[in-house]
Amino acid sequence: MTTNNNSEPKYVIETQDLEIYYGTFKAVTDVNMKVEQNKITAIIGPSGCGKSTLLRAFNRMNELYAGTSIRGKITFNGQDIYAKEVDPVEVRYRIGMVFQKPNPFPKSIYENIAWTARIHGYKGNMDELVESSLQQAALWDEVKDKLHQSGLSLSGGQQQRLCIARAISIKPEVILMDEPASALDPIATLKIEELMQELKKNYTITIVTHNMQQAARASDYTAMMMLSKEGERSGTVIEFNETKTIFTRPSDKRTEDYVTGRFG
Amino acid sequence: MKEKEVVQGFSNNVNTRNRYGAVWQIIFQASTIVGIIALIALMLNIINSAFGYIAYEARVDPDTFTVDGVPLEQQSKDQLLTLLQSELSSGAYNKLENEKPFADRSREEVFQLIVERIIRPEIVAVWDLWPSLTQADEIRATVAQEFPTAELDFVSWLTSDFVTRPQTSEPLTAGVRTAILGSLWTIFFTVILAFPVGVGAAIYLEEYASDNWLNRIIQTNINNLAGVPSIVYGILGLALFVRAFEPLTSGEIFGLVDPTTANGRTVLSAGLTLGLLVLPIIIINSQEAIRAVPRSLRNASFGVGATKWQTVWSHVIPNAMPGILTGTILAVSRAIGETAPLVVVGASTAISFDPESPFSKFTTLPIQIYQWTARPQAEFQSLAAAAILVLLVLLLSLNASAVLLRNRFSRRF
Repeated sequence: MTTNNNSEPKYVIETQDLEIYYGTFKAVTDVNMKVEQNKITAIIGPSGCGKSTLLRAFNRMNELYAGTSIRGKITFNGQDIYAKEVDPVEVRYRIGMVFQKPNPFPKSIYENIAWTARIHGYKGNMDELVESSLQQAALWDEVKDKLHQSGLSLSGGQQQRLCIARAISIKPEVILMDEPASALDPIATLKIEELMQELKKNYTITIVTHNMQQAARASDYTAMMMLSKEGERSGTVIEFNETKTIFTRPSDKRTEDYVTGRFG
Repeated sequence: MKEKEVVQGFSNNVNTRNRYGAVWQIIFQASTIVGIIALIALMLNIINSAFGYIAYEARVDPDTFTVDGVPLEQQSKDQLLTLLQSELSSGAYNKLENEKPFADRSREEVFQLIVERIIRPEIVAVWDLWPSLTQADEIRATVAQEFPTAELDFVSWLTSDFVTRPQTSEPLTAGVRTAILGSLWTIFFTVILAFPVGVGAAIYLEEYASDNWLNRIIQTNINNLAGVPSIVYGILGLALFVRAFEPLTSGEIFGLVDPTTANGRTVLSAGLTLGLLVLPIIIINSQEAIRAVPRSLRNASFGVGATKWQTVWSHVIPNAMPGILTGTILAVSRAIGETAPLVVVGASTAISFDPESPFSKFTTLPIQIYQWTARPQAEFQSLAAAAILVLLVLLLSLNASAVLLRNRFSRRF
């Protein structure tokens, strides 16, 4: 993990003329955006405009859905992640993901993290790793006495933080979050948002959210996605800027309508 | 409740709709009751045949063989053998010796032979349970009048002796041990073949096979194979395991049997044939179970950079295992009850010694039941009923142990 202390911003993920297809259907068109290191980049927009599809393309999770393909380019630290020689497993190892619905493994809390570390050949002190991961995910105090209970016995918010702990246990460089708080109540949501602020010191975060307040509160950059044209079913990023610009002086009329709640 | 005002275009029909629901409920209940009645009728029918009065006569009085005041039941094996040799023709004696050397037979087996071949108790009349209970006096009167030398006994055809005795041609001494062991050996090989191959194929088809025309054809064929009549598998087993692989299935190439008498009609052939029969069922059920593993769990695994194999091994298989086991239990239950393919593969109909290796000749419970029910005498119907009860108990206990195993798997979390 290199910290970025010079004034030149370092971009971890960049896309060039990205198009994503489900079979012949083009779901996402013409996306050019950059994800800056140690920042939180939010992707917002109405339902069905391809936010999650775009996010999944960032660590090649989209390949698990039949018939998906991309055109254009996504680079990670300058390397094209869709290049032939790149193994998607390696990509997902370095770009972790947290999903909309909390999905801990049906194993113990401890095993959720230990299994994840073990498959990557972790040979160090497992107890320490489990503790530090849970602490970083602000979950340690709540679960330290029941590490060997099922991960599924936790509340929804705790499960989601366990998923975050699991994701960061293997020290990825980027964490992708696909509406991580949409299944949670406001208090659990707040905890996740606080956690994100904590995590961005060490990680780069990209988050898809339906919740504009969440994007406004929590993110540094915002990508506004929308169906590219009236009558077309293909989404695109219509505006990408610093979050405060998007929410105060958006340059696109559609963004303004959306963030002020007049549409969407 | 005050009736709702009728809105234009709607009719207030809550009562009518509830009535419809009630009618359907009664229909469904009736279907269940029909099923239960059928089951009860089956059980009553079997139990009715499995117990009741029998009248029997000994063709030779056992008391005539008492030596020095020692009754036949207490004589040693050597004494019994001498008796056997003196009473049987030398041809019959040598035939028995050839089936299984007398040195290898236990005293009980020799005693059985004497009862069977020399004393030869003969059943003269059999009654079912219901007449035995309701018309006992008439039965006694009939026996006293028609068979004055016969003894009348109320018997349970299902006894512990019945389960532990080998098969014989005399109904009074016949047992199903040979058939039970044959069934267990057969099922063992069925599971050994069908479970790993079936689960492996299901994993490949669900997790690895791409969606192309070849794999779709394979899938369609598997689905159709599950519906192929079992006799067809019997023919396949006959051609493949009994004939083509004869040196292997008869044990000849392992040097375990005399090449001159070896043939492929063995436990191994039967087990493999039934394995082929249930393979499509296990594949389909396992595929269902694997498909039911939620996508979110796979995502979780792939999302932390697990490989396909790590995901399949650590998450998909453990979570699909209860479903896979349920499917396997159902398939194996079917295999235990199969008769037709085994007839074709060549189950022996009358053998009195236990299968001892994969290359033994064998019979199974359903074959035994089939043989007995095919005979005209009432006592064999009763034997068949008792054997059916044994088969049901065997099925239930195999199922119960499989269910326990499955519950252990699903309780992991």
